[in-house]
Amino acid sequence: MDIFAQQVINGLVLGSVYALVALGYTMVYGILGLINFAHGEVVMIGAMVALAAVSMLMTAAPEMSPLLMIAVAAIVSIITCMVLAFSIERLAYRPLRNAPRLAPLITAIGISILLQNIAMIIWGRKYKTVPELFEFDTHIIFGANITDLQVIIIGVSAILMTLLLLVVNFTKLGRAMRATSESQKVAGLMGININKIISATFMIGAGLGAIAGILVAGNYSVAHYSMGFMLGLKAFTAAVLGGIGNLGGAVLGGLLLGLIESIGAGYIGQLTGGFLGSHYQDVFAFVVLIVVLVFRPTGIMGERVAERA
Amino acid sequence: MLLKRVITMAIFGLMLVGCGQSEQSEDGARIVRIGHVGPLTGPISHLGKDNERGALLAIEEANQANVVIAGERIRFELISEDDEANPQKGTVVAQKLVDSEVVGVVGHLNSGTTIPASKIYYDSGIPQISPSATAIMYTHQDYETAYRVMANDEQQGKVLGDYAVDTLGAKGIAVIDDRSAYGKGLADEFQAAAEAAGATILTREFTDIAKTDFTAILTKIKGLNPDVIFYGGMDSQAGPMMKQISNLGIKAIYLSGDGTQTKQFLVLAGDEGNGVYASSPGLPLDQMAGGPGFREKFKQTYHEDIQIYAPYAYDATNVMIDAMVRADSVDPEVYLPSLKSTDYQGVTGQIRFDERGDLQGGSISLYRVSDGEWEYIETVGGGS
Repeated sequence: MDIFAQQVINGLVLGSVYALVALGYTMVYGILGLINFAHGEVVMIGAMVALAAVSMLMTAAPEMSPLLMIAVAAIVSIITCMVLAFSIERLAYRPLRNAPRLAPLITAIGISILLQNIAMIIWGRKYKTVPELFEFDTHIIFGANITDLQVIIIGVSAILMTLLLLVVNFTKLGRAMRATSESQKVAGLMGININKIISATFMIGAGLGAIAGILVAGNYSVAHYSMGFMLGLKAFTAAVLGGIGNLGGAVLGGLLLGLIESIGAGYIGQLTGGFLGSHYQDVFAFVVLIVVLVFRPTGIMGERVAERA
Repeated sequence: MLLKRVITMAIFGLMLVGCGQSEQSEDGARIVRIGHVGPLTGPISHLGKDNERGALLAIEEANQANVVIAGERIRFELISEDDEANPQKGTVVAQKLVDSEVVGVVGHLNSGTTIPASKIYYDSGIPQISPSATAIMYTHQDYETAYRVMANDEQQGKVLGDYAVDTLGAKGIAVIDDRSAYGKGLADEFQAAAEAAGATILTREFTDIAKTDFTAILTKIKGLNPDVIFYGGMDSQAGPMMKQISNLGIKAIYLSGDGTQTKQFLVLAGDEGNGVYASSPGLPLDQMAGGPGFREKFKQTYHEDIQIYAPYAYDATNVMIDAMVRADSVDPEVYLPSLKSTDYQGVTGQIRFDERGDLQGGSISLYRVSDGEWEYIETVGGGS
């Protein structure tokens, strides 16, 4: 039982991060119908910038309290990612807004490769270690180990996701975003500055991504230029699983994918009598995705998107 | 129309002439190209770069020594290619090297890329010396072009398996590998040796070279309560894995092969790395015949420490040049037989090949991390 509890906790930690990144994909898709493949790289840049900021602060002001240090690093990283996402949208996606859908998609993949290579040039190719600023205690619940950091990851993700849902559902900006997602043309006629709303969407997604990047780097104590690629792909899967374009779906999809992965990897051997091993961990997750899409093509919580196409 | 045809034929003719002539450098020496392949980008690029530097150092020294072959002064050039540790990319760059008429190849770094590439070199008759590919299969394909200057995984896995059971007293062992030719091969050999020595393999788990999350498989392993966890794979996974082992409260001894016995592992694993055991083919740098001198030379040239395989890449390059000098030819067909009869005193030790192209009398050394440094324990085998 304690092993199962441990796998559930592993899955929740993994899933919280997936959910946070998935929100970035799903928000942009909801408004533009664009799959922003560069989002994974924005997450990576977030982690790398925060890491660089922390190392700089550690040499410049070693007596600074670690909490303040990480706060400063987080703010720097969030701002960098927001500026980056704003520029990407302005320079790469906006000129292509009325182009066929394939063009912005390929541009997104291009931006992703570009960002990866820029990061490789700036920070090198090595895995970078994240300095341990805090001593994290390990707690035992239901026989499973969970560190403070993992509690923080789940907590921060939950708070941010709630905040985002509140913003989208109850503020003027959120209403404008929902209107833009319904129809850009009509929203524009109603006096909404669509360009501003789209920029804001990209920036909010990037801010969440930056925080996700910091959490991931902290959790595994490593960061490197290619860390965003697989994470982005998994988060995209999570978004599709939950129903792309739907915020609640992204959260649900992220958590589900995390749980499927960790429980799948832990028990797949027993379930198949040793026929399949843990190298089918990823396959397992994607099979679940395919099964869901066969029966519910719009994802678990997805809405009809026919009129968008 | 006629003029056009004449010009085309003239150009074509010139190209043919150009092919036949050997290229010369500015100072009149003949240019001879040697290829090098390793992952120069990606998670283990630090190791690829390390090998490249080792090979480059040997090339530069040979050029300074003004090597003369068949009456011509030779200027060696290293063409270094990036295979990203990716088997498919490995064959692409291998073909590229063959097309750019290299006379030999030092590489690749990973077994996973070395094995598929070795077919391409074999088909083109180009000698290949891998500094660090340890998978058994590499030299067991009956390719007379394939050589290596390091003990293979059969030897390494056996030493590790015996050590886990006899010295560490392991009864139950969990084995993880990264599904690469190297990681899987080493883990297979380890598993066979440990079972033969009387231990039980509790489970075999898998990961890959792009992952940093191992909590799911480690949690499963925790439930089985092994004495030893063996990992067949590279440092960039072993480092984060060690932290997760500690977070999950697993008490088993962690044992791994040469992919983990690196400086980078110490950096990545931090305090959690203490107590980890790992092996490495060959002697520790300090005990190699030319080890300390090579370390100095390397540091002076590159202002960075050796990661791990650079001395082997250096030796591999020198062995290749030595074979060309003894055969008095840079033609792969002519100097290949003299490569077979190599008896070369390198930095890493005396290099002689057996009939398969494996290093004769390769030794394996064992290390343990204490206070954040690799501490040498003992060397098993060797004796040449």
